[in-house]
Amino acid sequence: MATADELRELMRTEGAAVAENTQGFNTGRYDSVADLADYEDLKQAARSIKEDAIADLPDLLDQLTDTVEANGGTVYIADDAADANEYIRDVVDERAADRVVKSKSMTSEEIEVNEALEADGVDVVETDLGEWVLQVADEAPSHIVAPAIHKSRESIADLFNERFDPDEPLETAEELTRFAREKLGEQIIDAEVGITGANFVTADTGTMALVTSEGNARKTVAATDTHVAVAGVEKVIPTVGDLHPFIELIGRSGTGQDITSYVSLLTPPVDTPVVDFTDDETPLSAFDADRDFHLVLIDNGRLEMRDDEHLRETLYCIRCSACSNSCANFQSVGGHAFGGETYSGGIATGWEAGIEGLDVAEEFNDLCTGCTRCVNACPVGIDIPWINTVVRDRINRDKDAPGEWLVDGLTPDEEDDGAPLQKRFFGNFETVAKLGSATAPVSNWLAETTLARRSMDRILGIDPRRDLPTFERETLVDWAAARDSRVDDPERRAVLYPDLYTNHVQVDRGKAAVKVLESLGVDVVVPPAPSSGRAPLSQGMVATATDHAERVTETLSPHIEDGRDVVVIEPSDHAMFTREYERLLDEAAFTDIAENSYEVFEYVFGLLDNGASVDSLSTVEGAEIAYHSHCQQRTLGLEAHTVAVLEDCGYDVVTSDVECCGMAGSFGYKSDYYELSMDVGDRLRTQLRDDGVQERPVVASGTSCLEQIDALLERQPRHPIELLAT
Amino acid sequence: MASKRASFEGALEALGVTVSSTTKSELEAAVTQAITEPAVGTALGETVGNEAFSLTETPVTVDPTPVALREATTGVTGAELGVGDYGSLVLSMTEEASELVSLFVERHVAVLHEEDIQPDMDAAVAELDERFNETGGSAIIATGPSATADMGALVKGAHGPREVHVIVVEGGA
Repeated sequence: MATADELRELMRTEGAAVAENTQGFNTGRYDSVADLADYEDLKQAARSIKEDAIADLPDLLDQLTDTVEANGGTVYIADDAADANEYIRDVVDERAADRVVKSKSMTSEEIEVNEALEADGVDVVETDLGEWVLQVADEAPSHIVAPAIHKSRESIADLFNERFDPDEPLETAEELTRFAREKLGEQIIDAEVGITGANFVTADTGTMALVTSEGNARKTVAATDTHVAVAGVEKVIPTVGDLHPFIELIGRSGTGQDITSYVSLLTPPVDTPVVDFTDDETPLSAFDADRDFHLVLIDNGRLEMRDDEHLRETLYCIRCSACSNSCANFQSVGGHAFGGETYSGGIATGWEAGIEGLDVAEEFNDLCTGCTRCVNACPVGIDIPWINTVVRDRINRDKDAPGEWLVDGLTPDEEDDGAPLQKRFFGNFETVAKLGSATAPVSNWLAETTLARRSMDRILGIDPRRDLPTFERETLVDWAAARDSRVDDPERRAVLYPDLYTNHVQVDRGKAAVKVLESLGVDVVVPPAPSSGRAPLSQGMVATATDHAERVTETLSPHIEDGRDVVVIEPSDHAMFTREYERLLDEAAFTDIAENSYEVFEYVFGLLDNGASVDSLSTVEGAEIAYHSHCQQRTLGLEAHTVAVLEDCGYDVVTSDVECCGMAGSFGYKSDYYELSMDVGDRLRTQLRDDGVQERPVVASGTSCLEQIDALLERQPRHPIELLAT
Repeated sequence: MASKRASFEGALEALGVTVSSTTKSELEAAVTQAITEPAVGTALGETVGNEAFSLTETPVTVDPTPVALREATTGVTGAELGVGDYGSLVLSMTEEASELVSLFVERHVAVLHEEDIQPDMDAAVAELDERFNETGGSAIIATGPSATADMGALVKGAHGPREVHVIVVEGGA
């Protein structure tokens, strides 16, 4: 795992270029998909094509092999990287090729075919301009689609000027592009073998789709007589017609282009004549199209992933990079930290765990905070946070348990005794919070002593620069138990879920929620209830989280049966009930709690929409406010409800649009990630300090967001429900 | 037809692709106007459905040598389909080396029959699905000029053409 020092160095050297590029792609994605009237339908279609294709994979591979061979090509299914490289080396050797030109292919990076061919004395030239920059610089890609996003124009100019010493020093992007085009153009027409990837391969006709912008893949195929296409076995789909949703989605989802310049649909060997580019007598059409085609399909762990119920979804990935660009942490550190041997971004955890193993996934898996901002961005609807959670769980279990003496009392759940101590501490925060409230204020004084903070840093990796939560002696549940319901003839009846933080730390927002609901005619109870399991889930402690889920539903079910709605203040817990619990509970139990749970403002919105009067609430006339929604709340489409209710109450609301505040539960507390967390938070700080925003009071829905904003700004933020209470 | 054409031309404009329209009888004049010399091309008989359109009355060198191709500024080819909602051109890959002529030049001039403009990508892919399944084949869905953002800013004209011009040929085939 990258240390704080390594992350700091990456943010210093590459952070600015990575941030500018990824945020540009991400903004482009939002704009571009907004133009698609049938965006959700296309995603659904893409998803089901991939689901079916992976289910039918063995048959499709057979069909594809037959088709390609009938077309005059050859198919080789390679077990692993060495097998693939051996085959490709033979092809190149048989062609007696001195030079191989390549268009960009992550799968060829995965098998490291360049190194294999270079060992045979073959000149291998990357023709994608970004890949070529990296080949010249001898660096690794930092992004699966735009491999050189970590490099600024200035650094590329320096590199070229130093390496090639051109007559006039190169400076502008235009000059650099022209220089590279000419340099590579000469090498392409002189090469014998062209290696490409394949974004999709159709089994019906043996057609491969290549999605590119520069035209180098077209030239790589057209100018050489031997074409080797390298692709993972998961790239096969049934028909040419099935390409449609992917053609519409892949560019929009990735770099935010509606479509890339070229989508090559090649059914090799192609009819384009193979010409001698130095011939000035023979017309083009007089040359023969004497071409060889080799489709090398690589297993390299993929068929085992297909049999793994949790990793299987990874195979639906179309490598668009949406999960990288929409990821707040990726936007700060890029793929050199948030990536493994080959792949980067959220989905890389699935790829690297399946292809390389857990040890490689472990190097970066912590950087997924489970914020879920990639979930709606993924064009094939992969539950990327879940893959990260499962892999984290496996990594935990793969490790030797720490010494028992450290664990006693702190982490009572035995199911997850594999997790490292820090993960167990955060995963079992409920125990800490209960103890904290029971012994407050002494617990708060003790925790803030220098000695305590040093020990927490050393033993638990809790960064001393973070303020710790202050526990309240009287919990929300205690407070509610000591008072009578104020509603005589209720419109509705609700159970307000006392999430861990509302119950022990931010008790005032809980009291405000009770009062708001009561003034809208809702009878409210606040029973003691276990914590949701969000904390252990985020540490990859799936068994513990499942235990929480079961106990929560046992606690809440009688209330639901009794006709009460479940109202949740903390968005990350509401997301557990309505999203993550699907993975942890049986279908009936999940449906019961998911269908009856409401985020508190979603609920208020519904009450107002059904006739409750906003006059029962505290209203203002045009008071200005800034609102930061919560990542998981936004993924569930529930930001709008808070904004609408606040506007109903007379507020003038501006909203942030960063993907995440950077705190992400316990992430920002960890010593290794504190500075990354603050770097992510800096983008939110910038928005909250914009002209017209900086004087506004700030409200935020999530506990972590509130903690983070408190650290980022002078202004102390509040939960918006506190504005509504009379 | 009018709306397909309008959306196609609107999309082309957004891509920075210029458009002119002509009739079959005026095609060679339109080609002459659209090119920057030196220009090479492939015969347009198949595209326009009339062998007479061989471009012999234009400055375009039809079926050039490889060296002439490399020295040319403009390449003229037919386009099999247009895609209304994206402004894309579907370029086929012929034995006359249309792929090379449309790719190894600075300026690509594509000649498209108005009737071959499809309303949207769904329809265009359905056409290709049918053709590929019946007779095999390959095609490039080309949208705007080649481009790269790998050098620190968006640059039009990477390995492929930096300019694209479309000539829409009106009237029945």
